[in-house]
Amino acid sequence: MTAPILSVEDLAVTFATAAGPVAALQGVSFALQPGEVLGIVGESGSGKTVACRSVMRLLAANAQVRSGRILFEGRDMLALDEADLARIRGDRIAMIFQNPSTHLDPLMTAGGQVAEALRAHRGMGAREARRQAIDLLAEMRIPEPERRVDSYPHQLSGGMRQRVMIAAALACRPGVLLADEPTTALDVTVQAQILGLLKGLRAEHGLSIILVSHDLGVIAQMCDRVVVMKDGKVVETGPIADIIHRPRMDYTRQLIASQPALMLPAMPSNRVREPILAVRNLSVHYASSRGLSGLLTGQARHVVRAVDDVGFSLGQGETLGIVGESGSGKSTIARAIVGLAPVHAGEIDFAGRSVRRQDAAARLRFQRSVQMVFQDPFTSLNPSFTIARTLAEPLRRHRLCAPADIAARIAELMAKVELPDDLLSRRPSQLSGGQRQRVGIARALAVEPRLIIADEVTSALDVTIQAQILGLFKKLRDSMGLTIVLISHDLAVVRHLCERVVVMRHGRLVEHGVTAEVFAAPRDPYTQELLAAIPRIAIA
Amino acid sequence: MSAAQTEAAGGTSRWPASLLAGVAIVLAWLLVAGLGPSFSPHDPIAVDLANALVPPGSDHVLGTDSFGRDILTRIVHGARIDLMMAFFGVVGPFLLGTMVGLVAGNFGGVADAVLMRILDVTVSFPYFVLVIAIVAVLEPGLTSYFVSLTLVNWVSYARLVRSEVLVLREADFVLAARLIGVGEVRVMSHHLLPNAITPAVVFVFTDAVLTIVLGSSLGFLGLGVQPPAAEWGVMIAEGQLYLATAWWICVFPGLAIATLAFGFSLIADGLAKQLHTAP
Repeated sequence: MTAPILSVEDLAVTFATAAGPVAALQGVSFALQPGEVLGIVGESGSGKTVACRSVMRLLAANAQVRSGRILFEGRDMLALDEADLARIRGDRIAMIFQNPSTHLDPLMTAGGQVAEALRAHRGMGAREARRQAIDLLAEMRIPEPERRVDSYPHQLSGGMRQRVMIAAALACRPGVLLADEPTTALDVTVQAQILGLLKGLRAEHGLSIILVSHDLGVIAQMCDRVVVMKDGKVVETGPIADIIHRPRMDYTRQLIASQPALMLPAMPSNRVREPILAVRNLSVHYASSRGLSGLLTGQARHVVRAVDDVGFSLGQGETLGIVGESGSGKSTIARAIVGLAPVHAGEIDFAGRSVRRQDAAARLRFQRSVQMVFQDPFTSLNPSFTIARTLAEPLRRHRLCAPADIAARIAELMAKVELPDDLLSRRPSQLSGGQRQRVGIARALAVEPRLIIADEVTSALDVTIQAQILGLFKKLRDSMGLTIVLISHDLAVVRHLCERVVVMRHGRLVEHGVTAEVFAAPRDPYTQELLAAIPRIAIA
Repeated sequence: MSAAQTEAAGGTSRWPASLLAGVAIVLAWLLVAGLGPSFSPHDPIAVDLANALVPPGSDHVLGTDSFGRDILTRIVHGARIDLMMAFFGVVGPFLLGTMVGLVAGNFGGVADAVLMRILDVTVSFPYFVLVIAIVAVLEPGLTSYFVSLTLVNWVSYARLVRSEVLVLREADFVLAARLIGVGEVRVMSHHLLPNAITPAVVFVFTDAVLTIVLGSSLGFLGLGVQPPAAEWGVMIAEGQLYLATAWWICVFPGLAIATLAFGFSLIADGLAKQLHTAP
């Protein structure tokens, strides 16, 4: 093994908080070899981002490095003065971030952002920097770089913005690239493109990359070696194949087991069931408000076709997955079913009755039968209600039990979602994300619904918590015979849990069928692309 | 991260110093207003021309005014009126504004458009001129002052609450409540209002300061509390002729207004800190 290009030795970082110091990193060590891709994987709070930012000395003001060294080309980054640091940052070591929309200056063109590094470190003139920027944008495979160089961030898509950020980071040809969750905010097909781009850059320029991710699939696909972190400590380090196939530590095993992997068997489906939900030719259009001036000038409204002529049906006790990337209309379908989206045309029948023209009594009956679980457990519970109050509300509203029995019924619900009773007197802010999501599920179960619509219920959660919540859904479905519509951007989750699947793109249904068949032999080119884009843990 | 969050949550149980200091000052004035008048040795209104313009000393701790009335006694009696002004001056606008903001934000559409146009019209008048005009049209006095403030000051509360409600009404927990079948009134009172009210509550204390100062100004102009009643603004107005010769007539009521206003500002500041750092 050659000498590492960057090594972190025994790094300890604490954050000073109002309640005393909190250890963020404890004795973290790892080394990056030249031309290597080193993965750092861990859940939120594991310290992976702090480790990455320490290298660039980009920690928050209340952070304090307690011990350790960060050696880059034989020099300790932690001991450098600001001037030396500025020479290294962006020139020799560059960093890209998770969210390109907050890390690009909204008032600067794409070319300007890229040229900035060139002008700072290479002293280039404006014209030369611009020419270089165009070349770099072309290298990042941005179409029409001569035109895009003058685009502002808001005129670019998420994937394009991430390419601009990478172009800016690589402008000075640094030897080391720190990538902190570079694809987490992106759709899976865009993620595949960005990861492919990084791979190409590494092959072409011998770039050494530290890739921080919570997604073991991404890490497995990209990295040579991986560092597993938990609670500010390194759990395990080793070549990717060893970690994936021969993990030594329990935590690593748990992390691998939590991945909703594509290798797991797909849900079988052969039972013929009586249909409970039928969606026919559904279209949901959002019209922008014209305002007074628009009204006076007779200017036409801008109409967004969020969902366009979509139809599918769902049998009693069946689990249907709706997959698609952001903006595909999958959540809009869910909202249309429960009456939260403006249906432009089409029919939605539940248990043989239209849900569109309901009187108040029918509406109330419908609300007892269909419930929704929301994506973000941090916004889906009333912050000023205790958990007991949140769960009591549906019971009272639908008079599901005598006031004296409410407490007992709530305890039953808590048991169903596997939460301890002592959480009942707490407020959502005192619960973890996974616990909140369980409360959200318990609230939906309170009315004993026949159909539950789960809208990206796991995407805001850590992967081990994700696995637990999905397990809970599975258990509830099997024990209660629930019918579930599961909306997800994650095909592995859908494959694991759903008997049938609907694939959406740009508001249209592109494929619909039995999950096992769709995954084994996708007919639509988009489904094929979507499936190919999933970072999978390779089987050696 | 989770460890940091729990510790931060534990840290918020301590109240900010500014909040405690503010509460102490306001409580002190409340005590003075409640108990002071029964202990004060002099009559706040009775004229005693033999003892006019006596400087601060042993008999009259803070001196007397041009009618020979004891300044300390008048400040103590005035505390009742000024605290009442602070209270009633904000209650009306707070209630009206919150209701308007809640309804406008929740229902949107025509209701929102109509209410916000009324708000725009109200705001488009010069503030002081509008308050003074309404008081003058009704009849000078405290009741008119409260009515006038309610008609003018509700706009701030309406804006604050509406902007919160606009965000909250799209929040998942509000949608979840609607999906359960919770009615509009209950959604507004239980789900929207408790989560939207914080900025308005903080503003109450800032507004109380403005109300006292404005009330005193109206007293000064002769449109608020009518002499010979003891009110701090009125006292300053009466003392202004003697500013060069008997400074104590103006300065002590001025200090009273300043400390009470300062107390309310501290509460507003502390509450803002307390409620915003709370998770």
